[in-house]
Amino acid sequence: MLIGGIAVITRKNPVHSALALIVALLAQASIYLMLYAPFVAGVQIILYAGGIMVLFLFVIMLVSIDRSMKERQFNSQWVVGMIAATALGGLFIAVYTKGKSIFPDGVPAIVEGDNTQKVANLLYGQYMFAFEIASLLLLVAIIGAVVMAKKRI
Amino acid sequence: MVPITTLHYLVLGAALFLLGVIGVLTRRNVVIVLMSIELILNAVNLNLVAFSHYWQSMPARLGGGPLALHGQIFSIFVITDAAAEAAVGLGILIAFFRNKETVNIDEVNLLKW
Repeated sequence: MLIGGIAVITRKNPVHSALALIVALLAQASIYLMLYAPFVAGVQIILYAGGIMVLFLFVIMLVSIDRSMKERQFNSQWVVGMIAATALGGLFIAVYTKGKSIFPDGVPAIVEGDNTQKVANLLYGQYMFAFEIASLLLLVAIIGAVVMAKKRI
Repeated sequence: MVPITTLHYLVLGAALFLLGVIGVLTRRNVVIVLMSIELILNAVNLNLVAFSHYWQSMPARLGGGPLALHGQIFSIFVITDAAAEAAVGLGILIAFFRNKETVNIDEVNLLKW
């Protein structure tokens, strides 16, 4: 997954970046399976790797002309960006080396059971309102995307 | 073999987040910046699911137990939001490309004084 992530930010051809991102997303789905979250892994493969990345590939084919691949690929403020990213990395290293003792050493033993049923119980029970709001958000996003891409409003 | 504790997943999530931030801050192509934003959201999802896995081993009176799947539900909503935002962002990109014929961030300066 890390190799896929590094390939996303360093490839010159945006199609290569999109394929590397698909590899990273599929690797992430397998990590979800290691954490016993099969429903989230399924949603990730279907929605993310099968929906969003296909959308990205369509837009890359519409938008990226060959001229953009021959130019420089790092923008004009990459020095400040790398400094900021190094500061963020230092913050992460400081947090994770100081707080290492909070997490127990063992691996929690999960009984392999009915994860999807429990997720569905919680989703339709306690988080029903958020579920409806998410569907409203998707409706707004669809209308917004159609309006943004029309030629004449 | 070293047992893979929660901390390992969190460090992996932090590394992915850092890669995404580097991609957002340093690349010129707008499409690759949007893909780095998706990397950031994936790192956040990994953190959420790792913590929900950790919560399932906590005692039930603290809120844990085998039903503590709140992190996984949150990550489902984050995936949904990422889909909506990717669609709208790509629509904006197409609308901008129709006017200016470029995908470089350095040339997105129509509002600059």
